[in-house]
Amino acid sequence: MNAEAVLKKAEAWRLSSRLFTQIKEKAIESLLLFAALTSVAITVGIVGVLVYESVGFFRHVSLWEFVTDRQWTPLFSEPHYGILPLVSGTLVTTAVALGVAVPMGSLIAIYLSEYASRGVREVIKPALELLSAVPTVVYGYFALLFVTPALQKLWPELPGFNMLSAGLVIGMMIVPYVSSVSEDAMRAVPVHLREGAFALGATRMQTALRVVFPSALSGITAAYVLGISRAIGETMVVAIAAGMQPTLTWNPLEPAATMTAYIVQVSLGDLPHGSVGYQTIFATGLTLLLMTLVFNIAGHVLKKRYRHVY
Amino acid sequence: MSTDRERIRRQVVQRRRRDRLFAFAGLAVMVVASLVLLALIGQLVYDGMGRVSWQFLTSYPSRFASQAGILSAWIGTILVMLLTALTAVPLGLGSAIYLEEYAPKNWMTDLIEINITNLAGVPSIVYGLMALGLLVYEFHLGQSVLTAGLTLAMLILPMVIIATREAFRAVPPQIREAAFALGATKWQTVRDHVVPYSMGGILTGMILALSRAVGETAPLITVGALSFIAFLPHPPLTLEFPFLSTQWLFDAFTVMPIQMFNWVSRPQEEFHINAAAAGVILLVMTIAMNGLAIAVRARYRRRIHW
Amino acid sequence: MQVHITPALKAEAKELSFYYGGTVQALKAISLGLADRHATALIGPSGCGKTTFLRCLNRMHDLYPGNRYVGSVVLYPEGMNIVDPTIDPIEIRMRVGMVFQKPNPFPTSIYENVAYGLRIRGSMTRHDMDAVVEQSLKDAALWPEVKDRLRDLAYNLSGGQQQRLCIARALATGPEMLLFDEPTSALDPTATARIEELVTELKQRVTIVIVTHNMQQAARVSDYTAFMYEGELVECDRTEKIFTNPSNKLTEEYVTGRFG
Repeated sequence: MNAEAVLKKAEAWRLSSRLFTQIKEKAIESLLLFAALTSVAITVGIVGVLVYESVGFFRHVSLWEFVTDRQWTPLFSEPHYGILPLVSGTLVTTAVALGVAVPMGSLIAIYLSEYASRGVREVIKPALELLSAVPTVVYGYFALLFVTPALQKLWPELPGFNMLSAGLVIGMMIVPYVSSVSEDAMRAVPVHLREGAFALGATRMQTALRVVFPSALSGITAAYVLGISRAIGETMVVAIAAGMQPTLTWNPLEPAATMTAYIVQVSLGDLPHGSVGYQTIFATGLTLLLMTLVFNIAGHVLKKRYRHVY
Repeated sequence: MSTDRERIRRQVVQRRRRDRLFAFAGLAVMVVASLVLLALIGQLVYDGMGRVSWQFLTSYPSRFASQAGILSAWIGTILVMLLTALTAVPLGLGSAIYLEEYAPKNWMTDLIEINITNLAGVPSIVYGLMALGLLVYEFHLGQSVLTAGLTLAMLILPMVIIATREAFRAVPPQIREAAFALGATKWQTVRDHVVPYSMGGILTGMILALSRAVGETAPLITVGALSFIAFLPHPPLTLEFPFLSTQWLFDAFTVMPIQMFNWVSRPQEEFHINAAAAGVILLVMTIAMNGLAIAVRARYRRRIHW
Repeated sequence: MQVHITPALKAEAKELSFYYGGTVQALKAISLGLADRHATALIGPSGCGKTTFLRCLNRMHDLYPGNRYVGSVVLYPEGMNIVDPTIDPIEIRMRVGMVFQKPNPFPTSIYENVAYGLRIRGSMTRHDMDAVVEQSLKDAALWPEVKDRLRDLAYNLSGGQQQRLCIARALATGPEMLLFDEPTSALDPTATARIEELVTELKQRVTIVIVTHNMQQAARVSDYTAFMYEGELVECDRTEKIFTNPSNKLTEEYVTGRFG
């Protein structure tokens, strides 16, 4: 039969090129492995560069001074290299951001997971996606030229650059992230737990707060922790609206520089490659990386836990 | 007996009231979030819309706010994005294919996967620092379009990999088994079935990652994008043989978000207006890309339904 | 274990054992002959290993890491051992086809589904490919229903039609042996009957091994039936004998429905 003869011919061709095919398959697999290894190379690059330059930095500056000095003035004639001012700036803006994102994000998550009708979800979900898609430099503009003047109407003594505006805007920025991770955790709670509560006569609020929320706690905590990590790493909003003056202060109504804003400030300038001033941004970057790493790992561990419980 | 029932009824009314209050609070919070979004967009458009003009789009930055424009910035954005896409797409696709379809379950694979999850959470400015030390100085690529493109590609690589793997996972294993049972090799199965059937998810992920890259400022500042660029990089296509040039890769450049940042950092209000105008265009670009991603997702979802 | 098969064999399992993940033993030294151009049914209660055995015949277990074959499955006429690790499973799968429990056509056109097996075997002219596709669809009793809409999506077909499409797809590559893994368990009775009809026709040209939960189906369709229990082959004989006068007590209890 014609088709059979044709098949046999194709078969013979195929079997003879089997070796070629096997070599080709192996080559493709190696190429793909190489692609996957680039991600490892990136990490090696990041760690390598930061550590290398920081080592150079710590030859000039003792670790003790770095951690305990209360001034950060690397470019002055009498330089001080204490990272505390930058860390305080980062922590204060992050705290303000969390003050916004945690309640808002959690409430939105509870509403979407326990209350919302289809129509509400169709409107809110895209709105949240849009909130998270806006470029951070636009948020910075908003913080400086809308939020700060608005706050100044309430507190006329508020300086033009302050950590409160920046923190509030960062908080809004990460609300979608916190709410979506929390919502995922709450949706993972099995229906029968809710049904048990409803059967006892509980309202939706009581079920949400006393049953669903505690059950999803590790996932929700993961959301908060990952939100912290995001807020710590945020750069443009603080660079634009919080000021670039490293000050050791815990008052959000004052201007201050965060670790990220400092790096931007130095990069905008003209520091000779290899100088101590140049190396400060890497030491700062390393501190930043270590802080976010701690929170990322914690968040990841918490996320894995809530996935496994059910 | 009746007092018991009355007590219950009162309790229920009270609890119902609190429930309604709580629901109202949730709704209120969402309204606040939406209002903030509207205020943000509204403020930007209000401040900057008037400034968006043909002149604005085709002029270079200038010391005089009224003459300044974003020509070098948006051309720079396009060129850098081109490079970012050309780098991140093949690397991301290749990595995702390897990890999802080829990788054995051993410690090395686990390491790569943990690494990618970690990289996704690294602040973008750290990528800039790495690029500064490694690409700009160690590899002598300078503060150029090439460095910028590679930096952003590295930044969005984890996003592309994660989204692509998700898309692959949506393809049911029965499809792969059917292909293998016919005698297909692993590469044939991936090339002919897994990738084509997950195209919707892949494209969506890539478009969203690129839209994120468009708005990135911090790593490019660190790498040395300048904001007073009164010239354009060389064009990648030329009129003479061989029609493709690589000169543009090594040119200095600026991008839209950096131009906006530069203008908003100045004290004069006229520059703030310029910044708002740049912001409007940036926002339009971002929203357009997100809209495209949603459209792509919807179109592919219509064609393939498991 | 009693085996009575006298015609020529297409394949023969010799002391075949199989371990999932290298450690969990699912098949215990199975020795079973599969008659050439006849249909052999594999029956037994859930978990007895019949699907596991079936998937050894085309090395499907190789897709999932850690599995281990012990023993051999000899493919005639050349006497090649199917489960030999040095033999490329792709070569086996080009000669042994499979139809799965739930129809799994590709989300492409009807034509492309059938043609895929041909495409990966090397270049064929469009004309030749059209001929093979048409013949396969005819052999699967689907041609009259789809001949005017070969470009339509396979997903638009009904469940029974999709399964016949999968059969056509497997037939297109001219396999010597065709494995059916409970092919009608997801189909309605009409579609089931058509598939059974098909199997009865096909077995004259292709060796068929069919795993089924449905004893009546085994009785209707197969020439030989093998009864498995807890990873072992209990009895294999001509179908009429197994269902009317089995030699083994356990077989008798199963086919009379005392357990299952």
